[in-house]
Amino acid sequence: MNHPMTPPPAGINSLRTGPNERGRFGEYGGRFVAETLMPLILEVERAYNEAKVDPAFQADLQKHLTHYVGRPSPLWFAERLTAHLGGAKVYFKRDELNHTGSHKANNCMGQILLARRMGKTRIIAETGAGQHGVATATMCALFGLPCTVYMGATDVERQKPNVFRMKLLGAEVIPVTSGAATLKDAMNEALRDWVANVHDTYYLIGTVAGPHPYPMMVRDFQSVIGEEAKVQMMEAEGRLPDVAVACIGGGSNAMGLFHPFLDDASVRLIGVEAGGHGIETGEHAASLTGGRPGVLHGNRTYLLQDEDGQITEAHSISAGLDYPGIGPEHSWLHDIGRVEYVSATDKEALVAFQLCTRTEGIIPALEPAHALAYVSKLAPTMSKDQIILMNLCGRGDKDIFAVADHLGTAL
Amino acid sequence: MSRIAAKFADLKKQGRGALIPFVEAWDPDQETSTRLLLGMPGAGADLIEIGMPFTDPMADGPIVQAAGKRALAAGVKVRFILDMVRTFRAQDQTTPLVLMGYLNPILSYGPEKFCVDAAKAGVDGMIIVDLPPEESDLILPFTNANGLDFIRLVAPTTDDARLPHVLNGSSGFIYYVAITGITGTRSASSAQLSEAIPRIRRVTDLPIAIGFGVRSPAQAAEASRVADAAVVASALIDTMAHSLDASGKALPGTVEKILDQVRALAAGVRGQPA
Repeated sequence: MNHPMTPPPAGINSLRTGPNERGRFGEYGGRFVAETLMPLILEVERAYNEAKVDPAFQADLQKHLTHYVGRPSPLWFAERLTAHLGGAKVYFKRDELNHTGSHKANNCMGQILLARRMGKTRIIAETGAGQHGVATATMCALFGLPCTVYMGATDVERQKPNVFRMKLLGAEVIPVTSGAATLKDAMNEALRDWVANVHDTYYLIGTVAGPHPYPMMVRDFQSVIGEEAKVQMMEAEGRLPDVAVACIGGGSNAMGLFHPFLDDASVRLIGVEAGGHGIETGEHAASLTGGRPGVLHGNRTYLLQDEDGQITEAHSISAGLDYPGIGPEHSWLHDIGRVEYVSATDKEALVAFQLCTRTEGIIPALEPAHALAYVSKLAPTMSKDQIILMNLCGRGDKDIFAVADHLGTAL
Repeated sequence: MSRIAAKFADLKKQGRGALIPFVEAWDPDQETSTRLLLGMPGAGADLIEIGMPFTDPMADGPIVQAAGKRALAAGVKVRFILDMVRTFRAQDQTTPLVLMGYLNPILSYGPEKFCVDAAKAGVDGMIIVDLPPEESDLILPFTNANGLDFIRLVAPTTDDARLPHVLNGSSGFIYYVAITGITGTRSASSAQLSEAIPRIRRVTDLPIAIGFGVRSPAQAAEASRVADAAVVASALIDTMAHSLDASGKALPGTVEKILDQVRALAAGVRGQPA
């Protein structure tokens, strides 16, 4: 469904001005944390607002993004994939080429510079697939800060290479066994650590969720993806894409790609949630498709929950998408209809994973393989002069063991 | 006068502070937790906190987490907690009951309907851990309209500049979270408490309860002396956890064992030798 929107003038009619002073995007977002954390959340907000407009901070961030993370990431015309799909031209925004292998580095670099500016001396993080954990551990090694990463025990098991990488980088990895022992539980445990160590610790949240200002701050740091892609697209094609597609767990790579395009009404924006075994089975991680609004981890947003408001377990082949919530800005964009949200199943992602590998010589992470699964359905329905831009937000080296397992191959 | 105000006024006359034991609803099952709740006033509870189980209790340590897990496995629902309150009120009209929980189950039930039903069932106050003053307009109109006290948390991190903001809209009593940390882990020192409580007293006339890390009769006695009440939760749940059989079911002596502990805490608060 394409929304008939005339290009809004800059200012109050823009979709890019959120959140409001309460950290709300429409009715979503906010700051739902215990009083112990509240003063700290306010301190992070103040510090970020100051840093954002400080040219010295921005210059430092720019320097590190260029020379350490390796930005800008290329825009790649996936010609053989396009020919294979037989429709719209498919471009990849290649954020898997960042240092540490995913878009997570953009946000970690921004936040670690903020933590240093705030005088914090210890960093904690949660991680699902381990991509955010690895990026956080990397930045901590770079700046010589102690790092503790909470990771669900289930994810520790299915993402062994990343666990070892984090340890090599000097981080302490704490397996979390509560709940389903995945990303949600890791986030609970990280919040508990933070409450107990507020005096010296900075919580480096990896996605556009959590209490305000995190959804806004992480979005800002990830928006470099969409800003670059916009310029690169103009250079390559002289126009904006017809569709931009990204996968969604918490939604940080998608928010980073979409945000700069929100006011460009001609660009359809499509977020792909993890359909797990299929939405109809109930075993999925599609919060917008299969959930309803509630409050978890500091923000009001769409959540997978039962009729009594208890949070239910998500399921996805991809540890990075295995989360029962979604960033609050996505919930708002869903409600107002600016972004379309669809889902791809575990099986579809596995097929797309192999397709990408064989046609483009790029082993994608299982997360963007979900986005590609949708692209491979969408492209053939579009004409050859139309353009799809997809965020290839992570590389798949970490997933080869899990994929081998699913394909029945013994390594 | 609300039940909570009346209770604190009465205790002031007696010249002592209050003991507020905690019971997690339906831990490990409906019958056991209801018997425990019903037995608490007789064992010396002045007010009682009823925990509303939630899948993701981010301010709680392993002990309360495990209690919530047992209760959810037993099939607890928000409406069943209100049933427990009604059962209690049928036999006790004076002991104040405070519900403590997280926001999402209340949002899911409907904030207004929840406040109406809770007040009708006989609940006196509510503590919602993840609802700071910045967000409490979601609930406050409904607690006020239904005569429920809205009990706010004050933490060691709540500085003097923020304190009036937190107290504005508070009623019943103030819950002082004695440590920066989660439940059932560390305890505050006497020095920390005697510094913190007068700081809050200067800006409110409401009674102050101390929770988080209050475990022993001596600690309860001190908390109720320095402040106006002692909340004991993890220490009681710990006893519960250790008196269950291998499958997590209550044994014949489970309830009595916890009530004995409440008696010992009550003796401490009353300045009686253990």
